[in-house]
Amino acid sequence: MLQLDHVTLAQGAFRLTADWSAKPGSRIAVMGPSGAGKSTLLSAIAGFLVPNSGRIRWQGEDLTDVPPGERPVTILFQDQNLFPHLTVAQNLGLGLRADLRLTPQDRSRVDEALARVGLQGMGPRRPAQLSGGQASRAALARALLRARPILLLDEPFAALGPALRAEMLKLVREVADETSALVLMVTHDPQDALALGGDLAFVSDGQVQSPVETRALLAHPPPDVQAYLG
Amino acid sequence: MASRARPLNLTAPALAVLLLALVLAPLAAVGWRGAGISLGPADWSAVRFSVSQALLSAAFSTLLAIPVARALARRRFPGRAALITLMGAPFLLPAVVAVIGLLAIFGRSGVLNQALVAVGLPPISIYGLHGVVLAHVFLNLPLATRMILQGWLSIPAERIRLAQSLGFGPAETFRHLEWPMLREVLPGVALVILVICLTSFAVVITLGGGPSAATIELAIYQAVRFEFDLGRAAGLAGLQLMVGGVAALAAWILTRPAGFGAGLDRTLALPTPRGWRRGIDGVALTLSALFLALPLAAVLWRGLPGLSDLPASVLPAAGRSVLVALTSALIATSAALILALAAARRPRPIIEAAATLPLATSGLVLGTGLFLLIQPFAPPISLALPVTILVNVALSLPYLYRILLPETRALHSDYGRLADSLSLRGWSRLRWLVLPRLARPLGFGAGIAAALSMGDLGVIALFAGERQATLPLVVSQLTGAYRTEAAASAALILVTLSFALFWAFDAGGRRVAA
Repeated sequence: MLQLDHVTLAQGAFRLTADWSAKPGSRIAVMGPSGAGKSTLLSAIAGFLVPNSGRIRWQGEDLTDVPPGERPVTILFQDQNLFPHLTVAQNLGLGLRADLRLTPQDRSRVDEALARVGLQGMGPRRPAQLSGGQASRAALARALLRARPILLLDEPFAALGPALRAEMLKLVREVADETSALVLMVTHDPQDALALGGDLAFVSDGQVQSPVETRALLAHPPPDVQAYLG
Repeated sequence: MASRARPLNLTAPALAVLLLALVLAPLAAVGWRGAGISLGPADWSAVRFSVSQALLSAAFSTLLAIPVARALARRRFPGRAALITLMGAPFLLPAVVAVIGLLAIFGRSGVLNQALVAVGLPPISIYGLHGVVLAHVFLNLPLATRMILQGWLSIPAERIRLAQSLGFGPAETFRHLEWPMLREVLPGVALVILVICLTSFAVVITLGGGPSAATIELAIYQAVRFEFDLGRAAGLAGLQLMVGGVAALAAWILTRPAGFGAGLDRTLALPTPRGWRRGIDGVALTLSALFLALPLAAVLWRGLPGLSDLPASVLPAAGRSVLVALTSALIATSAALILALAAARRPRPIIEAAATLPLATSGLVLGTGLFLLIQPFAPPISLALPVTILVNVALSLPYLYRILLPETRALHSDYGRLADSLSLRGWSRLRWLVLPRLARPLGFGAGIAAALSMGDLGVIALFAGERQATLPLVVSQLTGAYRTEAAASAALILVTLSFALFWAFDAGGRRVAA
């Protein structure tokens, strides 16, 4: 259970509160206007921001003092998900061992993960030699290797076209199924939220509302969601 | 919003404290010993000479650089890139080598005087105020040119386009585009050169001298080496600190780095007036190129024949110099990297202070302080090389820090979170993120530190005996003894080693980064 217990994040006049919890394995789209605080929420769960008050817990354990890399979390950013000076295989290897001292088993796991996302044989390449979609696949392959129980997606596919984005969402669902991960995905697009399935947490007026089933919410949107959808 | 609480990392603050102590302890020793020492008329004359030669050097370097920079900014010709590169070289050129080159051209039996005598004119002397200023202009004209050229190239393309559409001639262009830029850039340029000339020692020890042409730095050296009057040396060091330190900190705060190595090119060219203005630009470029290239060519010309018959002191001194240069470059680069990485995460006053304070000092000021600290416990001569290494580390640290900080900041903002989310820490972070991403600036910075340290003549002159002499000291001694050919040969070896060290580090960094 991911528990956001009276969490408050403040920065100058900006305030964001969240007070709800989510079961392991659930799929939650985080949607709302620009600047509402969607990325701020993910940053706090990933461990880059400390809440001003309240607690973030996973399976009852308080995460406040756990550094980002040791949290039960994998996060995909909008960009810069791969180190450009390392090969694709090394970038994936970092998900297994930070010192990159990989055993032969580790290496074959990297190859399997690459094959799983449709990048077989691309391990020796540098990220600059990949297309945008391939780079996203590589980042998802690393999430597969890390197999952390929470997967945070901070609009990593925003720069991709609609068809490619739909493909990536399918891959996200598969990766989440294979690792039984709880997915929190920031998006602007109701279609993406529907494609992810599961619930939708709407962010507005400094509050992350409790997740509600996406299909139902979009079918009968309350006024603030309706205003956002236009 | 608070950023994540991290386990407190004390490496960088501890290092900063250590570096501050390295500078502050000698300064305290100078203050303690020098307080209440009454200085005589000779000392005040040294202050006057220091300031006036620095003012003249700064004024001439800056004014002469204006036409050269303008010609480089608005003309395109074969060899332009090479000339701009040549302008970067004197920053790494050991001052003792420059002096030898200038002596070969302007000295007693130099090319110029031979020509003057041949046509029946009286010979000129290079020693004294004008010689010191000449050498300082030689060493700093290129720096001034590059800084002013940067100013010219930073005039926005939109404004040039506007000027062209309004039909501005050269006079209007100067009044509305060039003069406002110059008014902004020139004071900084002059201040930087003033600071460099205030702490110049290698030039003055050869071309200055005598009661009428001694700087404070030279007076410190004479007080320590010839008069054994440490109280007076400390008093003078205090004076130097006040005169040079204030100017140095002002220059550091007021100016941006000259950005050597940056691509000095742009797509929209400045208007290129024809007629006599074209002639002026040609003359400025030709004269400056000759002024810079001839003395260097003379070192080569005079030094080559003697290479087979070097004085016995040269090779061991070269070995010591390389050792000093490599050690201090390694320590200074590591220290600057640790400080810059920590400052990129979170700016801290103590780190800023440790990386800036050495600028206020000079090799001889720190040297005098360390001499005072060491003397009660050990003969200073026994620690000549370690002290030289430490002082070189302190003096090159501010430059390295300034080179590395923008790079560590970019690294932190681009990849800091990704690295944190993957638990990339300690050695793994260094090995897989920092070193590969920063190889280029690290190589460049280490190259600069090594070359500066290789060519530096300062603190070593206070401490060294026969068996501790570094190569610049040997060159300076040979020049002082009028052994012209041997000095030129040793200078040739010195300049080759300096540039080789710079090249090796810089190319190494580029290779790793590629």
